[in-house]
Amino acid sequence: MKHPKTLLDKLWTAHEIRRRADGASLLWVDRHLVHEGSHHGFAKLAARGLRVAEPDLTFAVVDHYAPVRDRSHIADPDIARMIRTLEDNAAAHGLRLFGLRDPAQGIVHVLGPEQGLTLPGLLMVCGDSHTSTHGALGALAFGIGATEVAHVLATQTVWQVKPRSMRITVEGRLAPGVSAKDIALNWISRLGTDGARGHAVEYAGRTIRDLTVEGRLTLCNLSIEGGARFGMVAPDAVVMDYLQDRPYAPVGAERDRALEDWGRLITDADAVFDREARFDAADIAPTVTWGTSPEQALPIGATLPDPDRLPAGKAGAARAALDYMGLSPGRPIAGTPVDQVFLGSCTNARIEDLRMAAAVLAGRRARVPGLVSPGSALVRAQAEQEGLDRVFTEAGLEWAQAGCSLCVGMNGETVAPGKRCASSTNRNFRGRQGRGARTHLMSPMMVAAAAVTGELTDARDLLKGRM
Amino acid sequence: MAGWRTHQGQAIALPLENVDTDQLIPARFMSIPRSAGYGDHLLHDLRRGPDGAQNPQFPLNRWPGASVLIARRNFGCGSSREAAVYALVDAGFQVVIAPSFGDIFAGNSVNNGLLPAQVDEERVETLIAAAPAEVTVDLAAGTVTLGEQTVAFALTEAARTKLINGWDDIDLTRAEAEAIAAFRNRRLGAHPWAWPRAQG
Ligand code: SF4
Repeated sequence: MKHPKTLLDKLWTAHEIRRRADGASLLWVDRHLVHEGSHHGFAKLAARGLRVAEPDLTFAVVDHYAPVRDRSHIADPDIARMIRTLEDNAAAHGLRLFGLRDPAQGIVHVLGPEQGLTLPGLLMVCGDSHTSTHGALGALAFGIGATEVAHVLATQTVWQVKPRSMRITVEGRLAPGVSAKDIALNWISRLGTDGARGHAVEYAGRTIRDLTVEGRLTLCNLSIEGGARFGMVAPDAVVMDYLQDRPYAPVGAERDRALEDWGRLITDADAVFDREARFDAADIAPTVTWGTSPEQALPIGATLPDPDRLPAGKAGAARAALDYMGLSPGRPIAGTPVDQVFLGSCTNARIEDLRMAAAVLAGRRARVPGLVSPGSALVRAQAEQEGLDRVFTEAGLEWAQAGCSLCVGMNGETVAPGKRCASSTNRNFRGRQGRGARTHLMSPMMVAAAAVTGELTDARDLLKGRM
Repeated sequence: MAGWRTHQGQAIALPLENVDTDQLIPARFMSIPRSAGYGDHLLHDLRRGPDGAQNPQFPLNRWPGASVLIARRNFGCGSSREAAVYALVDAGFQVVIAPSFGDIFAGNSVNNGLLPAQVDEERVETLIAAAPAEVTVDLAAGTVTLGEQTVAFALTEAARTKLINGWDDIDLTRAEAEAIAAFRNRRLGAHPWAWPRAQG
């Protein structure tokens, strides 16, 4: 009888060219995605006089610095230079560029699956930690640093030590108003931001199988916030359907062969994981972060922690976080006033996210200003076709173009010091959305609810009779 | 990158957990070319007030010559930005000691000659209490010696050999060119769908 294997084992073996005595594996890379931030990698390549080894497997995307308002003129010379550098590198090496004016431009982790560049069974890398997103389709996908970017550009391979395996199983049905974002914030708050460090996480169980591809992408996106460089879900019929007719996905006889291969991408029944964690969907409520780390998250009905009652190890960090966030211990989280909202990012700016937010916002006015930035130009077009843009603008929110924007504040959009933002993004680190900015992470429905009431609010109350 | 076996220098404590890469180097400095140096931007917003003036009490400002940093758990969590490592290296750091590190940060560190030395939480607390102090770090032995205390640190074998040898991966890998080409051709033959469909 053959040794039962995990999905991770199968994906790893399929890409391993060789393994060194010290444990590092040389892995073949099927897709390499680059963005403006990859300039260090290209500079290292140029310094050696090397060329991109496999231009057909390398795709360039303008997202981190992309203006989401007016694109006709970029006032900041640094931002213009970052975008131009990527355009120049793509042209010099013959790479397909999804530039600012491309009808398919978008955030790299939204664009990849949408274009069918992301497929089950592929090994994908990108100089961005949220590359774990692509594992939602059953790919082995992980973020790399600039030295590794240069290495992949030069050789189409990457050296990695195989991570340990971890399975997060979620069983049961999510209640209306609860989504993939809440599953993620929930497990990260319980296990910690280093809870899955050193592990590749496979998400399994009924709740996960019931998620759409969009929901799985959100969940895998946030794996890195729990310390896991890899997140993955075994591909099933939902994924196969999603990939039908995507521009770069296989068709005809190649699709048939692909489907045969993809069908084997499951963890064998008796395979053993290094770690297991289980959650019940019924226990998961809409969740928001209150602090400066994604692990500092609680259900919307909870009260803010009191550092004096926390174990010594947690107290100092909690005190510092509450202080930075301008919050008082022991108060209810719901009702905290916000200054603005942001709906966007590779975590939660896909069509389904916009639909969920619109379900809350329809026919209502936002009490605070906010920006809605769809994950890609295609998501934007789809949303406009469905009339979602009007729901947002009639509510008083700004309907913008696609890019990372306020998720990271590189394109010039920032949250002002001391201002509080309800955000559908993935990082509430100090200064992430701008120096002194206060970020609360939550689902798109919760962002929409915060917009309507001007404070952190349980979206379920606003969804009554609507879902 | 030069390899190294032992390092002696001054260790200082940054007794914080979850020091993420956005704190190590805020995003707004990331468009700067490496040649301009990143050291000044290390932990920029923690080190300086909103007016740009340095906070003299901040450890990095109090002991500017330090080369070993001791911090709490999950150091370097967050983004893949290698600039976080450039900032540490350009500021003169060669070793970071912590109970745990962000996975990508740890890999980036090793690629730049910076040792992410993983030490038990309890031991880290005793080191924090003893800092600032002169330390000796022995890569081959896997130990940090600070005054009377010698503590062991964990590191993968792959990272250790790389730091000691100062290996450049691109050179190493190019020696594997034949194996890579053979693998590529096998994969293309067996799984042609793994190549992106040509756009007409
Ligand atoms: S949206 Fe945010 S997290 Fe996603 S790739 Fe852009 S900057 Fe990174």
